[in-house]
Amino acid sequence: MFKELLNKINPSKLSRSFHTTTCLNEVRLLTRLRVVDNSEIGKRAMAEGKPPKVICVYNKQRVGYIGDRVMVAIKGQKKKGILVGLKQTQKVRVPKFDSNNVVLIDDNGTPLGNRIHVPIPTILRTILKERTHSKGADYTKLLAIATKFV
Amino acid sequence: MSFAIRRTTELIGATKWFLRRECRVLSTLPEKTEEPEKVVARKRSTGRRLFKNEAILESRHIYPEFLPDPNPKWRNSLREKLERADMLQRRSQIDIPEFYVGSILAVTISDPHAQSKTNRFVGICIERKGCGLRAEFTLRNVVDHQGVEVRYDLYDPTIQNIQVLRLEKRLDEKLFYLRDALPEYSTFPFDMDPEILPEGTPVPINPVQVKLKPRPWLERWERQDLKGVSNIEEHLKEKDRVRRELRKTPWEKYDLMKQYRKTIPIEDQNDIWDEVHNQLQQLQMAKKKTVRKRTFVTPKTQLA
Repeated sequence: MFKELLNKINPSKLSRSFHTTTCLNEVRLLTRLRVVDNSEIGKRAMAEGKPPKVICVYNKQRVGYIGDRVMVAIKGQKKKGILVGLKQTQKVRVPKFDSNNVVLIDDNGTPLGNRIHVPIPTILRTILKERTHSKGADYTKLLAIATKFV
Repeated sequence: MSFAIRRTTELIGATKWFLRRECRVLSTLPEKTEEPEKVVARKRSTGRRLFKNEAILESRHIYPEFLPDPNPKWRNSLREKLERADMLQRRSQIDIPEFYVGSILAVTISDPHAQSKTNRFVGICIERKGCGLRAEFTLRNVVDHQGVEVRYDLYDPTIQNIQVLRLEKRLDEKLFYLRDALPEYSTFPFDMDPEILPEGTPVPINPVQVKLKPRPWLERWERQDLKGVSNIEEHLKEKDRVRRELRKTPWEKYDLMKQYRKTIPIEDQNDIWDEVHNQLQQLQMAKKKTVRKRTFVTPKTQLA
């Protein structure tokens, strides 16, 4: 009632009263990510203020969850990466980060850098081990360059 | 003649005004709207029972998860009773200490993914919610300049240990604004030593006011009437101030019905606390005994 009254008095100053929900912070097409390894291209992209954009998420939902493989556009190139930390609300006991973190890898799963300078969720250990096939890409190399697990 | 009439009308007006004021003083509206349960308790009970009741009712702050959700759609007395029994059973296995939003906790869980099979996380509790076995809390910390938050179930069987490193409260009920604050306000070292309060002291309130980073923010903090933020006005434009004024709901503190729907009435609370209070007391006593045993050191025999 009060709002209606206000609207009558001063309709221009009130914002539209449609209801919005909180944002989901999903990693989708064209989401900006933060490169957290010390690869040359990643460091330069972050220093220039042009963080990589997601151009493909390799799963069926097309929404990136923790440990998913993504293709990013970084400094005019196409690179692959693994999501190692998400802003999205996580399940119980899985850490939620303040930024969407990615580690760049090549087609074999070998990381481009040799150090990850932020903590990494421990659940990634199991996820990446499951995704690694004996003949395909080996993602567990990423775990070896991590400095800290939470 | 006219003068006399005016005088009498004035007098009548004054007496009316006085009477109205008196009535307001005598009215049953509670002075403090924050704790309606207590006010009711004072009226209903008398003498010794009053004292006992108030002492028991204090445990609603220490064990908030024992009270069910006030929404009548989600009430189920049997489920609540079973849940309370389960919670007590869990509490007899593991010590779940008293903590509040703003306390600093260290939680150790058994983690099948970690190499050492255990995982310890230290952080400030920014939220505590849920009732019954679904009670959960969120810890926040900044590790290597990266903000990390972990949500835990309070009655999770994988939790090995919950340790309160610093027992204190903050000025607000939820500390989500720490996400937009400068990182030093939510940075806590993992090797922090626990600070022990002397027994019987009330829980201290930390009056620290955080500084927010410039916009964009995750939420509209200016509309939430936060006490723990110092520099919110710096980042506001004229437009935001106007909108904040328009969006204010000053009548809500007088909305008794809203308050009633948000709280569990005193009669229900008494039933619940009658059921669990004794056992909780016993658990606390047992815990105190073990703590004393641990801290007691046999005095060395002095050499002559």
